[in-house]
Amino acid sequence: MGYKKMDNLREKKLIGFILIIVLLLLWESVSQFNLVSPVFLPPVSRIVWTLIKMMISGELLRHAGYTVYRCFLGYFLAIIVAVPVGIMMGRSKFLYNLLEPLVEMLRPIPSAAIIPVAILFLGIYTKMKLVVIMFGSLWPILINTIHGVRGIDTILIDTGRNFGLNRKQFLWKIIVPGASPSIATGMRISLAIALILAITVEMIVGSDGLGFFIIDWERSFHFAEMYAGILTLAILGYLINFLFLKVDSKVMRWYKGFTSEIT
Amino acid sequence: MNRETDGERNKKIEILRVNHITKEYSGNEQTLVLADISFDARSGEFLSIIGPSGCGKTTLLKIVAGLLNPTKGEILIENKRIEGLRKDTILVFQEYNRSLLPWRTVRGNIEFALEINNHSPNEDPKKYLEMVGLRGFERYYPWELSGGMQQRVAIARALAYGPKILLMDEPFGSLDARMREELEDELLRLWNELGITIIFVTHDLDEAIYLSDRLIVLSERPAVLLEDMPIHLERPRNQLTTRSDPAFIEYRNNAYKLFKPQKYGVQKDG
Repeated sequence: MGYKKMDNLREKKLIGFILIIVLLLLWESVSQFNLVSPVFLPPVSRIVWTLIKMMISGELLRHAGYTVYRCFLGYFLAIIVAVPVGIMMGRSKFLYNLLEPLVEMLRPIPSAAIIPVAILFLGIYTKMKLVVIMFGSLWPILINTIHGVRGIDTILIDTGRNFGLNRKQFLWKIIVPGASPSIATGMRISLAIALILAITVEMIVGSDGLGFFIIDWERSFHFAEMYAGILTLAILGYLINFLFLKVDSKVMRWYKGFTSEIT
Repeated sequence: MNRETDGERNKKIEILRVNHITKEYSGNEQTLVLADISFDARSGEFLSIIGPSGCGKTTLLKIVAGLLNPTKGEILIENKRIEGLRKDTILVFQEYNRSLLPWRTVRGNIEFALEINNHSPNEDPKKYLEMVGLRGFERYYPWELSGGMQQRVAIARALAYGPKILLMDEPFGSLDARMREELEDELLRLWNELGITIIFVTHDLDEAIYLSDRLIVLSERPAVLLEDMPIHLERPRNQLTTRSDPAFIEYRNNAYKLFKPQKYGVQKDG
């Protein structure tokens, strides 16, 4: 039975990959046979070839490096702010009542809309970019941390009190691990947002990063290069998510077992 | 008949005194849960609090544990008035599956108790797992174990903390009958070996009589203390012989009549 399961899984994945290959072949042929202008949509083979060339020259990697650096730095700043604030809001009724309306006002603002304000006050360099990325990826982590803390089983809270934990022990032995599954969910959502915002700010200002790379080649009508940048971004996004899931499934192993045991 | 044994009891050290405890909940309307409850426990005693479901037994136990504050009255441990959380008591919850830390293994849950109470740094959690017959399960997570085993972990964790008084809130309430009997006997064995004081809450009269030195019988809500009933049954107790002992049945009848005075009142008068 175990083997059959494995086979099914492989088949399912295989089908998905076959679809991707078929679509790429379709793309290649519509472009090769001039059904769509090969200027706007160069054949895949040319894009891949451009990608490889620019990788080897180091240009693409340099830009990707800037994007990854900004994305992660802004993301970590968001975690550093959102997790502690979320824990405090989750624990203190006063802080929750004080800050919750403000959060609900700021949160729905599409983060790209604060870019002009950020430029006004912080200029056009790294500082502004980091703040925008941080602002955007803050909310899912904050909201999920609050819910995670508030959702900790009352019996677990009572258990902690019962064993006479001091504040520090309570935080590290009950609150943080108890809320961690929810915090991880928020962090996963924010990781995608951080990458989107990194690209967006790079497209608007500055002269490096994949966002700049893509928009710059587009403006100079080098569409194969533009697509190579987009392809790099797709690979990057996939890798980041893959990495996150790998770490998550290791750290949160208990949670998967725990919840599957209950349902 | 009980004069002598009660005299012996008085020689033992008083470890816990529940002094005129009253608890009201003030919501939309005030509800009285516990009305002026007083009793004491001697060192090494096994004492059960029994009463109908929803009468406030758990509330009383949580007040003793310091998890709830009484509206009136006080809790004295070794003649000292204690407010708030205390280091001398540990409560074992009925909801074992929600009380064990799911992110820690069985071993980790025992270590949790050891970490907090500043035990000698090298104390081995295995010792406590062996006490409850869970040798070899250190690396499992609590949710990988059966209900009975989870409650054993919870008991081992409570013991590892080293409390003077072990408080138990219907700890075997959600276990099947066989597992329940097994755990009752193991609890008696541990109690005997360790010499700790146990306050046990249950709504199961037979279980309370089987385990205890004394019953604290509470009425329906608002709970008042109906009787403080000593149980003089031979120890060690045995699931078969103790439960069929005529004295056991008499205790059972007496306590039962306390619960249903309207039903038996007529007989009593007649």
